Amino acid sequence: MEFIVFVITAIVALVGAVAMILSKNAVHSALFLLLNFVAIAIFYLLLQSPFLFAIQLTLYAGAIIVLFLFVVMLLGAERDEDSKDRIAWQRPLALVLGLVLLGEALYIFFNQFATNPPPAVEGVVLSDPTLIGESLFTTYLLPFEITAIILLAAIVGVVVLNKREDGSDVEAHQPIEHVEQQPVTPVEVETAKVEG
Amino acid sequence: MVPTSYYVILSAILFTIGVLGVLTRRNALVMFMSVELMLNSANLAFVAFARERALIEGQVLVFFVITVAAAEVAVGLALLVAIFRSRRTTDIDEVSMLKG
Repeated sequence: MEFIVFVITAIVALVGAVAMILSKNAVHSALFLLLNFVAIAIFYLLLQSPFLFAIQLTLYAGAIIVLFLFVVMLLGAERDEDSKDRIAWQRPLALVLGLVLLGEALYIFFNQFATNPPPAVEGVVLSDPTLIGESLFTTYLLPFEITAIILLAAIVGVVVLNKREDGSDVEAHQPIEHVEQQPVTPVEVETAKVEG
Repeated sequence: MVPTSYYVILSAILFTIGVLGVLTRRNALVMFMSVELMLNSANLAFVAFARERALIEGQVLVFFVITVAAAEVAVGLALLVAIFRSRRTTDIDEVSMLKG
């Protein structure tokens, strides 16, 4: 039963990933990525980690996807690459390099797995979120605090990056509007004179 | 119980798809989504190994990765918005000012 769920979810995850990089519209890409994230959340459930399942759904499928969709729609960048690639052999080369990477990773994994098999552990319950909380606030307290600093730095960084310098954007817009307006009115006056 | 190697194979395939997305797409937003896909596949491998070895550390590390990824997405999207504001595009080929 578990295996059937695994196979179905794996197919969903792979379809989501492939469709994400193939779809022309960036909004569709974000939605396919959402499909992939939910599939991975189900894998977390299968791997006895319901806490990560919840985190994955709220943080990735919730917050990050919404952020992506928001930015895509804000920028109106749904289809921004209609022109052709500048380097013609980029796609085939990328495909070959990707397959080489996949082969390499699997070769190294199975090589290590065969020579250094993990100890067979049975009957250990990992699904309890209290275990994560315990080790997060005792053994890994320092990394946890550093994460807080990283988040703070990210918030400050976002604010600084998108800050307009002294309302310069507003000033930059106004002269353009004046320039557009000024030529229009004399033309109207001239045509009026000619008609008169 | 599904063997760990199946999860690792799936994770490797997903990672490769993410790499292909970064290499072939030119829309910076989609490249960014591909990076998220790679992070997720690494997380999947982490959790699979955590179950294999019955260690909680794998899940703790995934928690950290997800947190840092959230920060990274916020900063990255802010950068993209800043680039878009000056260049009016998210096509990565158009943003090649630093190219030699």
